[in-house]
Amino acid sequence: MMNEPLIALSGVERVFQLGDSEVHALHQLDLRIDSGEYVAVMGPSGSGKSTLLNLLGLLDRPNAGTYRLEGRDVTTLSPEEQARVRSERIGFVFQSFHLVPRLTAAENIALPMVLAGTAPSERRKRVDQALKDYGLTNRAGHRPNELSGGQRQRVAIARATIMQPAVILADEPTGNLDRATGEEVMRLLEELNGKGVTLIVVTHDAALGARAQRQLRMEDGELRQDSRQCAPRT
Amino acid sequence: MRAPDLIRFARDAAAGNPLRTVLLVLAMSIGVASVVVLTALGDGARRYVVNEFSSLGTNLVIVLPGKSQTGGFNPGNAITNTPRDLTIDDAQALLRASAVRRVAPLAVGTSEISVGGKLREVMVAGTTAQYIDVRRLPLAQGRFLAEGDWRRGASEAVIGAKIRDELFGANPALGQLVRIGDRRFRIIGIMASTGQGLGMNTDELVLVPVSLAQAMFNSNTLFRVLVEANSRESIELAKSQATAILKARHEGEEDVTVITQDAVLATFDRLLGTLTLAVAGIAAISLAVAGILVMNVMLVSVTQRTSEIGLLKALGATGGTIRTAFLTEAAMLSLAGAVLGFLLGHAGAAIIRQLYPVYPAYPPDWAAIAGLGTALVTGILFGVLPARRAARLDPVESLAKR
Repeated sequence: MMNEPLIALSGVERVFQLGDSEVHALHQLDLRIDSGEYVAVMGPSGSGKSTLLNLLGLLDRPNAGTYRLEGRDVTTLSPEEQARVRSERIGFVFQSFHLVPRLTAAENIALPMVLAGTAPSERRKRVDQALKDYGLTNRAGHRPNELSGGQRQRVAIARATIMQPAVILADEPTGNLDRATGEEVMRLLEELNGKGVTLIVVTHDAALGARAQRQLRMEDGELRQDSRQCAPRT
Repeated sequence: MRAPDLIRFARDAAAGNPLRTVLLVLAMSIGVASVVVLTALGDGARRYVVNEFSSLGTNLVIVLPGKSQTGGFNPGNAITNTPRDLTIDDAQALLRASAVRRVAPLAVGTSEISVGGKLREVMVAGTTAQYIDVRRLPLAQGRFLAEGDWRRGASEAVIGAKIRDELFGANPALGQLVRIGDRRFRIIGIMASTGQGLGMNTDELVLVPVSLAQAMFNSNTLFRVLVEANSRESIELAKSQATAILKARHEGEEDVTVITQDAVLATFDRLLGTLTLAVAGIAAISLAVAGILVMNVMLVSVTQRTSEIGLLKALGATGGTIRTAFLTEAAMLSLAGAVLGFLLGHAGAAIIRQLYPVYPAYPPDWAAIAGLGTALVTGILFGVLPARRAARLDPVESLAKR
């Protein structure tokens, strides 16, 4: 188990049918990501980085190849079992936040626990802690449209971490934010990584990607570059 | 997902789009309300008729002179085909039957009643003291005809409430002498007003001893003999005993018709019950229409909330959870509509009762329950398709939508 990587993709193919032509969004992809890594996935649009993220998040299935998450082959799981893995092991942070507009900040944060059927008392405890951690306590009762962009993304991050996942998948988490707010959001995500959560960020912002210890550069569905920098962790 | 969370989630989703929710609840409520009101009308008609028949008295067996069907050849018919009179003695003889509690003969004719220069035409019914008990009629003032020999009678009369009003107005009527036909009667009692009644309306009736009525109309025959059986169970026995007694008294010829109130009632009951069902069926069509509307609205809702569904999947919701959430929402909206429609329907029925007090427009229990049940079932049934569609959405595509 110690040597088992968190994520292991081998020979993964993802082909989309566009009219008559087949588009290879991912082509013969092999990838290992260890627990606690901070990985940036970069590349031009259409390079397959979002497809890779969806695949890692079990929102999509590969046409070929295997995906082992924590040593378990998850490609053959039933949709219900995959949903369970998503619920317990994976947290998503989206570019457009994806908060439910009719729910308050606290309710949005609690949503994964509601879906998982966590007891209300436990939910309240964890949401209160999350609100405190992300400085949202006085915003708990506000709906997303009453929150600033930064606050919204903080709610989204709180929601992504509330189930204490092993990996956080962030798709352009700062794409809809200004520089200062984006910086703050990245700092929050990196703090989580500091606590041992594996962080995978998809971005086309080179400056953002450079912050990660490991950069994956994708092009035409293939991994072109896999570079590590051994920057000391703070 | 826990049940309370599911319900809260569905409620919030419904509240998130008030116009959609209101329209849907309204459609469903109209469907249920129409079922409730229409069945109230149908069942009201049934009750009205049944009540009117019941007001004739309970456990009643009615003897009519003459036979509507002729069964076989009878020597009596060869000589004369005039049916025998149904006499007071015949009526009295019926008292010997074990299943019979009371007997009231009835001789009916029209005559004129006059007092103090006022004169009007009235229906005169000759009967005996038992009549008021057999028919379960209430007396407003005084007493009813005295017990005694059926073949004699004192010159006493009991008048209906309307006749009292017309002849005496505000003046006391009890003890007054009136002229009916060519005889003088003393008024000893006044019937309480009972409103409408099928057949004879006691409000406009003058009741006198049967022997005097027969003398007045110069007739030996009775119009009816009202027989009260001991109990509901002995009605049939009373009927056969009465037939046997009269057959024996009429030299073996069955020349009377004996009907039971139950038979008449049952026929009307069945007839109007079927009518109510038919009307309920028509009303149920509007429920089906409401169900299709539920489906339509829920489908639109699924399309509008595609990105939310994608998000829920990303957050770990299974297809089953999403399906249940949408079904719960459809069921809740249907239930709300059904309850609202139920109340509206009852309000409508209450208004009808206010406008027509004699008409007992109460929706039957089965209709209310069936209306609520159908609303729920259609709501959920038509909610299945949208819920399945929601559950099957591809999360990647759904998330990409904004």
